[in-house]
Amino acid sequence: MLNIEGLEENGYHILILEGEVDASNSVILDESIQKLIADGSLAILIDCKELAYISSAGLGVFMSYLEDFQEKDIDFKIFGLSEKVFEVFKILGLHQLMAIFPDKETALSS
Amino acid sequence: MENHITIYCQTTALAELRYFLRKTLTMPCLSENDKLQLTLAVEEVCANLIIHSHDCNAEDYINLEVKEYPEKIIFEIKDQGKAFNMLDYEIPDLVKVKGEKRKGGLGIILVKKIMDEIEFESTSGVNTCRLIKWFQH
Repeated sequence: MLNIEGLEENGYHILILEGEVDASNSVILDESIQKLIADGSLAILIDCKELAYISSAGLGVFMSYLEDFQEKDIDFKIFGLSEKVFEVFKILGLHQLMAIFPDKETALSS
Repeated sequence: MENHITIYCQTTALAELRYFLRKTLTMPCLSENDKLQLTLAVEEVCANLIIHSHDCNAEDYINLEVKEYPEKIIFEIKDQGKAFNMLDYEIPDLVKVKGEKRKGGLGIILVKKIMDEIEFESTSGVNTCRLIKWFQH
């Protein structure tokens, strides 16, 4: 079960993920990011405080947009990962390819 | 101790699979991180089978058996779809995956990094993928 809520704060478009991302629902995450890019967002924050689980289907969605973010100069940040979920990012080395912050305050101020 | 589950080949069954593994992976030597990572590795193999070997055909199914031993845990995944031996799959370079804007390919990297041993065999139309994790005592 995955819920995604969107809001705007300090010029950032924030997507709040709640639940578990897997191959059955990663398309929802994909569409949410795609829409922000299509709408011309230049700053995207992913709030993962309530993200309990993410499989490669969800991680692949982030990966597939990294190049677009670079090309379009979109500021893309992830914050609030639990230790367990962050470990999964680290297994793949994604923490070296993405800007990941412990909390929203740190993400917004850096 | 032995435990098994049959899931049908649709991606919505993955939540059911995680629920089963949460109930099954209760050995005290496993940390919360271990449990999540083992769940993830098993799910990645099953998701690959569901999507690529069975084209999400809900009439097909996958059997998972969890075998616990004092020193290791074995996840035995059986199906009758198109055989896919992940041992033949070369781990892609992450920077290349990023450059190609690909969504796939990360699951097998996770399985190979999380598990200690992976075995694959295909006999009389039945494919068996065995994921083995040795406990760190």
